[in-house]
Parts: sequence; C-alpha cells; structure tokens
Amino acid sequence: MTNRLEIQDLWVSHDGQMILKGVTLTLPLGEVHALMGPNGAGKSTLGKVIAGDPTYQVEKGRILLDGEEITDLSPDERARKGLFLAFQYPVEVPGVQVANFLRLALKERLGQEPPITEFYARLKEAIELLDWDEAVLSRYLNEGFSGGEKKKNEILQLMVLRPRYAILDETDSGLDIDALKVVARGVNSMRGPAFSALVITHYQRLLNYIVPDVVHVMMNGRVVKTGGPELALELEKRGYDWLKEEVAGA
Amino acid sequence: MPEDLKHIADDYRWGFRDEVEPELALKGLTPETVRKISEAKGEPAWMTEFRLKALEAFFKMPMPKWGPDLSALEQKLDDFYYYVKPPSRGPAESWEEVPEEIKKTYERLGIPEAERKVLAGVGAQYDSEVVYHKIKEELEKKGVVFVSIEEGLKEYEELFKKYFAKIVPPTDNKFAALNSAVWSGGSFVYVPPGVEVEVPLQAYFRVNTAGFGQFERTLIIVDEGAKVHYIEGCTAPLYTTEALHTGVIEIYVHKNAHSRYTTIQNWPTNMYNLVTQRAIVEEGGYHMWLDGNLGSKVTMKYPSSILKGRGARSEVLSIAFAKTGQHLDTGAKLIHLAEDTSGQIVSKSISKGEGRSSYRGLVKVSKNANRARANVECDALLIDPESKTDTYPYMEINNETAQIGHEATVSRLADDQIFYLQTRGLPEDEAAALIVRGFIEPVAKELPLEFAVELNRLIELEMEGSVG
Repeated sequence: MTNRLEIQDLWVSHDGQMILKGVTLTLPLGEVHALMGPNGAGKSTLGKVIAGDPTYQVEKGRILLDGEEITDLSPDERARKGLFLAFQYPVEVPGVQVANFLRLALKERLGQEPPITEFYARLKEAIELLDWDEAVLSRYLNEGFSGGEKKKNEILQLMVLRPRYAILDETDSGLDIDALKVVARGVNSMRGPAFSALVITHYQRLLNYIVPDVVHVMMNGRVVKTGGPELALELEKRGYDWLKEEVAGA
Repeated sequence: MPEDLKHIADDYRWGFRDEVEPELALKGLTPETVRKISEAKGEPAWMTEFRLKALEAFFKMPMPKWGPDLSALEQKLDDFYYYVKPPSRGPAESWEEVPEEIKKTYERLGIPEAERKVLAGVGAQYDSEVVYHKIKEELEKKGVVFVSIEEGLKEYEELFKKYFAKIVPPTDNKFAALNSAVWSGGSFVYVPPGVEVEVPLQAYFRVNTAGFGQFERTLIIVDEGAKVHYIEGCTAPLYTTEALHTGVIEIYVHKNAHSRYTTIQNWPTNMYNLVTQRAIVEEGGYHMWLDGNLGSKVTMKYPSSILKGRGARSEVLSIAFAKTGQHLDTGAKLIHLAEDTSGQIVSKSISKGEGRSSYRGLVKVSKNANRARANVECDALLIDPESKTDTYPYMEINNETAQIGHEATVSRLADDQIFYLQTRGLPEDEAAALIVRGFIEPVAKELPLEFAVELNRLIELEMEGSVG
C-alpha cells in the first residue's frame, strides 16, 4: 500500500484564469510538510483543490490518496477517505452547535454512530489541550467567534475527527504568539506514523513550533524548490527574491 | 392521480384516506345550512342567532384586498361541505368507544401512544366533530376543564358566554365571520386559579371528507396564576379538490397566568388555511404563540397578543416552510395597551423551489403604554434562485418612552457553508439540511419533541437532491 498523498502535474483554473500550472508534490503518511511561498503563488488554491472546492476547475493532472485517484470525488467523499482542510477563513453556520456538528461529522467518517463515551473523551482531551472551555461545545459553529477562536475551532475539529491527511491553510494568520503556540500544540499532538500534515504558511514563525520534515516553496503556480527545515529559515532571512531569480535563471 | 399532485403525495405521508361514511353532510353556504348545523348540535337559541348574524356579516364583508390571491377560493365557496358529522356518538372518553376506522387513523398518527407517554389530555376531531376527549383524572379533580367546544357550551354555558367571541368578534375579519357562522368542533379549556398543568394538552384535527371545510373554534381561559400549554396538530388526506380550514382561537390569560399555544399545521398543499388566533393578556401574565406552518396551499395567519394589563408579556415564535405551489403569509401582532408590557416576535421562514413566504406583522403601542418594549426579528432563507420572500412590518408607536427594535435578514443557502460542512464528511444534502435546521433552531428548540422530530424529517426529505 502506498500511504501518501500525491499531486501529479496539477493544472487548475478559476474564472478562466490558470492558477496552478503543473504542481507536483508528494506527502508520505507520517510526515509534516510546509508549503511556503509569496502571496498569489497558489498555495491556498492548492489546499482547496485537494479538498475538492467545486469553484475551481481541474484542467489536467491527478490527485491520489493512498494510490487511489480522488480528483473527481466530492469533498465529502474525500473527507471520508481521511482528508481534512483547516480553512483560512472558517465559515459560520448559525444554529448548529459545535458538539452536535462534530458528532454528525464523526458519524459520517466512521460510517456509524460514534460510541458516546469515546466521543466525549475525544472532545474533552482536545478541549484541555487547546486550553479551552467546554462551553464552546454548545456554541453555534463559528458564529460570533473571534478570528483566533475560529482557528482554534479548526484544530479542535482536526483533533476530534482525526484525519490521516490534514491541510492547514494559513492557520497562523491573525494569531498572536500565545494562540499560535496553542494551535501548534494541537497539531503536534496528532503527529505520528498515521498522520500527515501539509502546513501552508506565508511566514516561518509557525514552523518554529510545528517543525516540518520537508519544506516546499511555490511560486507562480508551481513548486519551485523542496528542501529540509533549513530552507524555511533561509527564506525568512533572505526573502523570496533570490529564489525568483534562481527560478528565472534556470 | 394528476402529475402535479404526485410529488405532494410522495412527500406527504399523512395523505391516506379512510372509508368512513358520514352521518350528515351539509353542502353550500346558506342560512339553511347554518340552521341545520345549530339544530344538529341542539344549541340554545342565542347561538343560532349568533351564527345567522355572523353569516350576514360574512356576506357583507369584502374579501381581503391584500396578501395571497384568494380569487379561486371565492369561486368555490358554495361547493364546500360546511358540516360533516362522522358516525360517532359524541366525544368518547376511551379509544375503545371510537369507531374502528377512525380509531385506526389516530393510531397511524400516533395519538393514543403520545397520550400515554407525554400528554395531560387529548382531544381528537374528525371532520366536523370531536370524536374523543379525555383528560387525566388528577387534573379533572383540580377543576381543570378540557372538553369539546360543544360540551363547553352545554355544560359551562355561563362561563362560555362570558368569553366566547369577545376576543375575536365575528366582524373582526371575513373569515372570523365565516367561522362564527358555521363553527364546529374545537376545544374548551378552563384552568382554575393557581392550578399549573405541567404537561401539555393536545388537540388533533383530522379532515377526511373531500371538498370539506373545517371550522373549529377553541376557547382557552387561564385563570389567575394558572399555567397551561395547549398543542394543536393538523393533517388531512390528499384530494384533487381544494379544501378549507378556517379556525378561530381565543385565549384569555388572567393576572399572572402563564400560557402557551403551539400549532404545527401540516395540511396537504391544496388546503386554504385561514386562521384567526388572538390572546388577551392581563397584568403580569405571559402568553406564547409557537406557530409552525409547513403545509397548505395558502396560509394567512397572524397570531396576536393584546397586552392589556401592566407588565403583561408575550412571545410569538414562528417557522414557515413554503415549497413550490405554497404561499405562506404569516406573522404576528403585538398590541401594547398598558405600561411596562413587553413582546418579542421571532419569525423564521424558508422558501424552496417556487415557494413564497411572507412576514406580515404589526406592533402597536398605545398612548398610555409607557415603557413598552417590543422586539421583532424576521429572517428569511431562500433555497433556490426562484424562491420568494417578502416582509411587511407595520409599526404604530404612539408613546415616546417605548423601545422598539426591528431586524430583518434575507439569506441564501450559501455554497461556502455547504463546502465547509462537506470537507468534514457530511454529504451535500445533509449539509444543506443541517444549515436549514440551524437556521430555524432558535424557534425549533421550543417545540415539543415529537414535532421537532417530524420537522427534522421533513427538512431532510425536502433537502434531498435540492442542491448541486
């Protein structure tokens, strides 16, 4: 069994404009990869397309999950196969309680009603680790949440639903340092041989707390460089311009 | 069955029909019909007189010139059956005494079971007459009266006369006049001072005859410091001919009393549902209207609370779900007549397909109602591009110290919400149903459990294949 998420020569357009121009990337199960790059490089688009956002058009290429092609599956089918996207801008769903929603989602993922004691054990563990109050469980999904609370709620869902492949789309944006540490603690608690994450970020800051195994850099709709954690530090120090020149010169 | 009814028949699980031969069926709207109804019920002369006067008023009053189109109904008014007496000897006190075919219907609707489990009393009306009426013994001992409206007139005539048609007079509107002329069935409830009825009383209205008009009349008197919750549910078989339901509900909430009236109408979508509901609330009293409109072709219903005594309070919570072929024109009225009165209106409407839901409401504050407070919130959710909604909020504020709030929102079922929920593993239909359930949650959470379950089932059914 090939336990990995594979993106093969992916070309994607939106409103007639090509945004991804041949992305190739492999995320083996058990690893955490960072996806960096300047604004407009196509990082968030890649995250959304992997999750199955219907507003984007896949023109060419394939997405494979554990060797199975998922390019044409609906977002919920992908989720049930173990994929998760932590949104950059989580959506408000009024009137739907967090706990109730998580129970429904977990039921879909497991294919059956989760045992109530196990479900609450998962909730409790996640809430404690995230320094949160159980009161959040009876609040309506993201409604009236601060920006930081919304990001924390994405990680709460990640921890309760326990996907095998998670994409974190700029989870660090808009977080202060304390919130950032809490979010990182949540993600790190998931790390292990049966969990992978693709951490999309603009800044190196988050990677001090979630140390990646591999760093990819995207520019202009393609992955232009792949390296170890030191690549992130170099980008932090030198910016993206030198890389642009390197790519242009190649 | 014609094609346009097939979709309704598939979705409408209560559309079965019973083979019950009526004992008496009166067609056409004439003084003769009215006299025969009164005679069949053995009424006192004053009631016959009241009915005939109401019929005159009905003929004199024009059809409403606002709201849904009633012209097709107007053409048909002479074709309805105005009184259909089922073969039963008045309200039975045991289901064993209810004719077999009729009993079976209520069993299919789950009424006897609910009575055993969660209700303090049940009334069951079949076409024009109440066939079953029973209240738990301990409540009867405390002096609580829960009988058919006919028995109320017979056994408690003085009390009945003091309140009947005083809250909704026949001349209030054309359909109140019609009901006053041909009323039959409904409940009479009296809760003595200080008595709290903790579990709900329920009435269940079933129409069986094709081309029938049901005109129940309910009168509820909650005496000082007393408490009651009354629930009403309605269904009918599906016929190709249109039907009419025109009820009048009158509630008197005395000083410091507490009452709640819950209706969930799930009539088939060829029913005209034109109902007048009004409560008078005395000092320190509280009344809640909880109104769910799921079925019918046209509904016009605006539950009203007249806050007559100091500090009286009322809430009107409503849900409407209009599908293709339905126009649900619903709302609420709060009339503040005294100081420190307060009211809250929360209206949640969903329109799907070519369905149309309208909110029509009135908040009125009289000159001397100092410090009256009212808040109106009406939210509409549109499922499809062709779905319609409109809002008619009327305000008449005649006191400067009043605090009035109004908030209206219209939203569409959002693609980003559906995508978000899908990425968590919920299929598209379920995501849509969850969003709709969340939308009505602030009102739905107040519903009795069996109604909430039924409402969820209906939403899931309606949202199947509705997106994408």
